[in-house]
Amino acid sequence: MLEKALQGSKQYWGWIAFLFVIILIGTYNYVRQFQEGLYITGMSRDVTWGFYIAQFTFLVGVAASAVMVVLPYYLHNYKAFAKITILGEFLAIASVTMCMLFIFVDMGQPFRILNVFLYPSPHSLMFWDTIVLSGYLLLNVVISHVTLSAERKSIPPPKWIRPVIIISIPWAISIHTVTAFLYSGLAARPFWMTAILAPRFLASAFAAGPALLIILCLILKRISKFDAGDEPIEKLATIVTYAMAINVFFVLMEVFTALYSNIPEHVMHFEYLFFGINGKDFLVPWMWTSEFLAVVSLILLIVPSTRRKKRTLVIACITVFLSLWIDKGLGMVITGFVPNPLGTVTEYSPTLPEVLISIGIYGVGALLVTVLYKIALSVRKQLPV
Amino acid sequence: MGIDRRKFIKASGLAALGLAGLAPVKLFGTEDSTQAVSDSVSSRKEIGKPLEGKRWAMVIDINKCLREENCTACVTACHTAHNIPHFDNSKDEIKWIWKETFHNAFPEQEHEHLKDHLLEKQLPLLCNHCDNPPCVKVCPTEATWKRERDGIVMMDWHRCIGCRYCMAACPYGSRSFNWRDPRPFIDRINPDFPTRTRGVVEKCTLCEERLRIGQLPACVEACKAHAMVFGDLEDPDSEVRALLRENFTIRRKPSLGTHPEIYYIV
Repeated sequence: MLEKALQGSKQYWGWIAFLFVIILIGTYNYVRQFQEGLYITGMSRDVTWGFYIAQFTFLVGVAASAVMVVLPYYLHNYKAFAKITILGEFLAIASVTMCMLFIFVDMGQPFRILNVFLYPSPHSLMFWDTIVLSGYLLLNVVISHVTLSAERKSIPPPKWIRPVIIISIPWAISIHTVTAFLYSGLAARPFWMTAILAPRFLASAFAAGPALLIILCLILKRISKFDAGDEPIEKLATIVTYAMAINVFFVLMEVFTALYSNIPEHVMHFEYLFFGINGKDFLVPWMWTSEFLAVVSLILLIVPSTRRKKRTLVIACITVFLSLWIDKGLGMVITGFVPNPLGTVTEYSPTLPEVLISIGIYGVGALLVTVLYKIALSVRKQLPV
Repeated sequence: MGIDRRKFIKASGLAALGLAGLAPVKLFGTEDSTQAVSDSVSSRKEIGKPLEGKRWAMVIDINKCLREENCTACVTACHTAHNIPHFDNSKDEIKWIWKETFHNAFPEQEHEHLKDHLLEKQLPLLCNHCDNPPCVKVCPTEATWKRERDGIVMMDWHRCIGCRYCMAACPYGSRSFNWRDPRPFIDRINPDFPTRTRGVVEKCTLCEERLRIGQLPACVEACKAHAMVFGDLEDPDSEVRALLRENFTIRRKPSLGTHPEIYYIV
């Protein structure tokens, strides 16, 4: 089916060329990082994880959110999602691939990565995260391939695929739960050590992922003959609304527990996040922007007229996505390290090579989404002539 | 790496010979030999009977330590012995033992009317060689582990993939990462100890390479104030046990259940 991706308009090839350029820039910077060491990033002895691991965490959520279309369609036979389920699965494939790349570029010794399998360590959550992520990638590749091939031949998919799809539903929940456990099991980091981290991760994932899916569907409607239809978009918007509201509720739970109990090592992280400590306040403008966007998005989503109107819905989805990206892709991971366990405040901000490598990985994800969506649309003969 | 490794293996072989009684030179074989030569680099040539213990621990007398103002003998001895690089940029810093204020070392114990000498001055911190080490639990490749026979939390620099999960899990900030190639930044390379490659985590190993040839940890040996005492916690007659019996001691962040084996006499 891959040949479908090799035909396209000038705009299509222009887009592909653009992606290749940013991927090449990212690759060049990665080669530099590989040769010189991770010191070319902003990470330090105190802040040992940064932009890469934060993007990984955010994208695990986007990957898991495919379950928000898979579950209604396959488990509840919700036909309106028939057209977009494959788009959700393909988005999951691209996201998991990006997750793996972000882990890879964060490794000090990337060529030793197979040690994770050579010396399996079930006591480490990273071992389980590797297993659930590779399993989730495999599940989505198999499911999307089998269902799309059947659709291409206009035959029903084989019966054996149904149990595989059913397994993929709790599996999606597991990838984000295990990823949350990476953090929430660490006694050394009070900011992460909260039982609500996994539920919060899931809530933010189920808001950000479907919001991105709505945006992608509306883009496809503009550039191709694909039209998801009004009902699935509205249903997705409802899912985004509930998930975003629950996410904000969970964040407030955390803030209350930390601030009212007033335990210094819990309060300090929130202080750093929203006010800065001793003038060290890199994240402060970002976090207030995130909170502002969250409020705007909730208003646009909860008011029925703005949720139904495509133009305002797009704004709502963009604000949801940006708000949660700042929260998870910047604030969540970095703040766990600031202040450090000794109370020292060492700030972190990503360096240019670090950002370019990350953009390169996002380029790989965008390329995968483009190619896979093109294949899906070609099979359905919904491409522009 | 090859040469360093060979020398390392050679040193272990010599240590084994010492064990068999074939190397009669035994200068620093006992635990009370703290006054011994402090030039750790040259003293490696003396092969003694390995020090053996079931549970190594250290007791640090803060008051004795603070009497020697601005002393960094323990840090220098350790960092010279273990080929620790010096970087200009503190974010790349590597340290196995370092000095920190009481406030940072014991955030839970601090209060505003604390004795002045505790507030201002600094005391040595190192890996706590926890009984229940959180870094070991999180390592995805078993590159760090607690040695069963004596409780030392060890590191395998050839297996570490550099994921730095152990650094996130350590509540004491005891681990460092080689953000860049350390070799050009080592003042004087000690040929008896391996240098590291970039991209791996490292930390204090309680001088297990010195214990093997009958020597005390470099920091203990170098301490001018004799504030650091090293010994076997399982041996009721050891000096560490005597100190723990006779003094009030505290450990860093005991509430986390990690059971640090570095004790501080306040």
